[in-house]
Amino acid sequence: MLPLLLIVPQMAITIIFFYWPASQAIWQSFLREDAFGLSSEFVGFENYVSLFEQPEYYRAMVTTVIFSSLVAFFSLGCSLLLATQADKNLRGGQAYKTLLIWPYAVAPAIAGVLWIFMFHPTLGTLSRPIKAVGIDWNPMLNANHAMTLLVLSATWKQISYNFLFFLAGLQSIPKSVIEAAAIDGAGPLRRFWTVIFPLLSPTTFFLLVVNIVYVFFDTFGIIDAVTGGGPAGQTTTLVYKVYADGRLGGDLGGSAAQSVILMVIVIALTAVQFRYVERKVQY
Amino acid sequence: MKNKSFLAALAVGLAASTSAFAQTEIQWWHAMTGANNDVVNRLAEEFNASQKDYKVVVSYKGQYADTLNAGIAAFRAGNAPHILQVFEVGTATMMGAKGAIKPVHQLMADAGEKFDPKSYLPAITGYYSTAKGEMLSFPFNSSSMVMWINKDELKKAGVNEIPKTWPEVFDAAKKLKAAGHNTCGFSNAWASWANVEQFSAWHNIPMATKANGLDGFDTEMKFNSPAHVKHLQNLIDLQKDKTYDYSGRDSKSEGRFTSGECAIFLTSSGFYGNVKANAKFDFTSVPMPYYPDVQGAPQNSIIGGASLWVMGGKSADEYKGVAKFFTFLSDTDRQAKLHQESGYLPITKAAYEKTKASGFYEKNPVLQTPLIELTNKEPTENSRGLRFGNMVQIRDVISEEMEAALAGQKPAKDALDSAVTRSNQILRQFERSVSR
Repeated sequence: MLPLLLIVPQMAITIIFFYWPASQAIWQSFLREDAFGLSSEFVGFENYVSLFEQPEYYRAMVTTVIFSSLVAFFSLGCSLLLATQADKNLRGGQAYKTLLIWPYAVAPAIAGVLWIFMFHPTLGTLSRPIKAVGIDWNPMLNANHAMTLLVLSATWKQISYNFLFFLAGLQSIPKSVIEAAAIDGAGPLRRFWTVIFPLLSPTTFFLLVVNIVYVFFDTFGIIDAVTGGGPAGQTTTLVYKVYADGRLGGDLGGSAAQSVILMVIVIALTAVQFRYVERKVQY
Repeated sequence: MKNKSFLAALAVGLAASTSAFAQTEIQWWHAMTGANNDVVNRLAEEFNASQKDYKVVVSYKGQYADTLNAGIAAFRAGNAPHILQVFEVGTATMMGAKGAIKPVHQLMADAGEKFDPKSYLPAITGYYSTAKGEMLSFPFNSSSMVMWINKDELKKAGVNEIPKTWPEVFDAAKKLKAAGHNTCGFSNAWASWANVEQFSAWHNIPMATKANGLDGFDTEMKFNSPAHVKHLQNLIDLQKDKTYDYSGRDSKSEGRFTSGECAIFLTSSGFYGNVKANAKFDFTSVPMPYYPDVQGAPQNSIIGGASLWVMGGKSADEYKGVAKFFTFLSDTDRQAKLHQESGYLPITKAAYEKTKASGFYEKNPVLQTPLIELTNKEPTENSRGLRFGNMVQIRDVISEEMEAALAGQKPAKDALDSAVTRSNQILRQFERSVSR
């Protein structure tokens, strides 16, 4: 009885905040409704069918793959680099660590606004020097520029979180193992790749899963503030399309269908990660 | 015992006094920024000071599209504001939501407020009325699209006459560019409103069938005509060396005019308040340019801006307050002042006449520009107005395709064809959801 009782709060939270909204989304994806919710009609799989007829939907999928791999790669890479450096005995190391954690406290939409202020083609403080170098910087019309800006801001936002975990992971690696490797004549790089990196793999794996979920679900605020899915819909990812079609377009059925598909994709991705990537993890 | 009855008496007394002095709050959600935000705040303050029973509380909810969506979301959650400012392209969406709104003509009748629909300017109220002439929403800030001109910069670039036609604008922009405006010869806010919607009306070309949707929700888009294609192609060619430079889908980049970067800039006439406050140069506004080879151009422009919708499901007392507020807004002196300060159009005939009689337009021709455009010719099927369901989404589609074309990814014709196809899908979806 006691174990059941102890698990009840966790179950309640999961049911209220995951199963209930998820089932609502599934139900809504079979309905066609006007924006105000005054009338609704059961339409079966029609929302799904019309979704897969849109070329924009496939383009959003490709955009999502590009965007999420770039953000996951750069945010993991940068934060690992920063964490290994901060792990050394530095003067004022504590200050660096604290400063590096700050961006995580910034809300995604605010982060987006910060970046657009720096890189707006005409108002941005940093777009002037970029233009002075001879690059025709214009994220409003150039999709590559817009994507670069998005990847930068989404990565910047996530680095703190990854940094925190990497740092903790690094500090839990026994010094004796590293010293033993050093005595055996392994240089710093060799020590990193053969000793530290494998021992860090549980952290890396965990962060990989978290980061994928982050880019898939959590980045729409940044996209909305920085590019609004433009130019020409080329930075519209799956989650931003859910938001744009549902909230901006008032097409709730289609938007619900998209979020159901998105949920399935993320569940499948996570399952694959646990099935195949986890094998390489050494606990 | 004594204590108890005393407390009870006190409680009754308190309840009575609060109900006697309690003000009914009227929530007003709006999308005004800068100088126009001050106007909204001042109107609410003046109304609140003018009487004791009602208190108008204003909240800024972001750009027009954000405000509309905030209102819809709040309605679904059961706490809609009393008054929601909705831009003109949200009109069909609001009209379709019969249970969610309280038509203004009905509101005024229920509250017993004096209300004569004929005292309002038909060019404006027509946009917000049923075919029978019943006013559905209360016009608040009406504007039209005008061309803002930085006279100082034009002079410096050697452009002696303010351009009237598109070819003249292109020439002037080239001269401006040669004179140092490297990043922007001319530009416009509201990509779709400027280059498709107003463009169609001003050239007397249909944007869609069924009088641009006014005659029925079964309308179909037609804005891929040769004239539309030619105009977009011109913009594409000029974008290459920034003689024209794209400024986005909304009004966020209007600062490019006031900062002096773009010396020719098409945007709303309601931009006046901000220009007056921020421009450090000699400015003016003139009617939109046209292509002289298009027959009948210029026709007349259509209004933009926003109206106030009253949301459904509120108490009779609250509606009475809203009705009183609308009467307050219709006051001739207030309308005339609002018009002269903000640049938005007067909504009553009396306010227009009063401003005209006072000789205001001789000193401020800028404010008459949109009125000249709107009344340039008797409106035709193509220039009476627009009424498309899910117009917010359609505008995004049009802007998206224009962006692709301006970035050199597709020719003008392909972009407009695909925008028409995609917009028609959206129109059919809307038709289905309201015709049930």
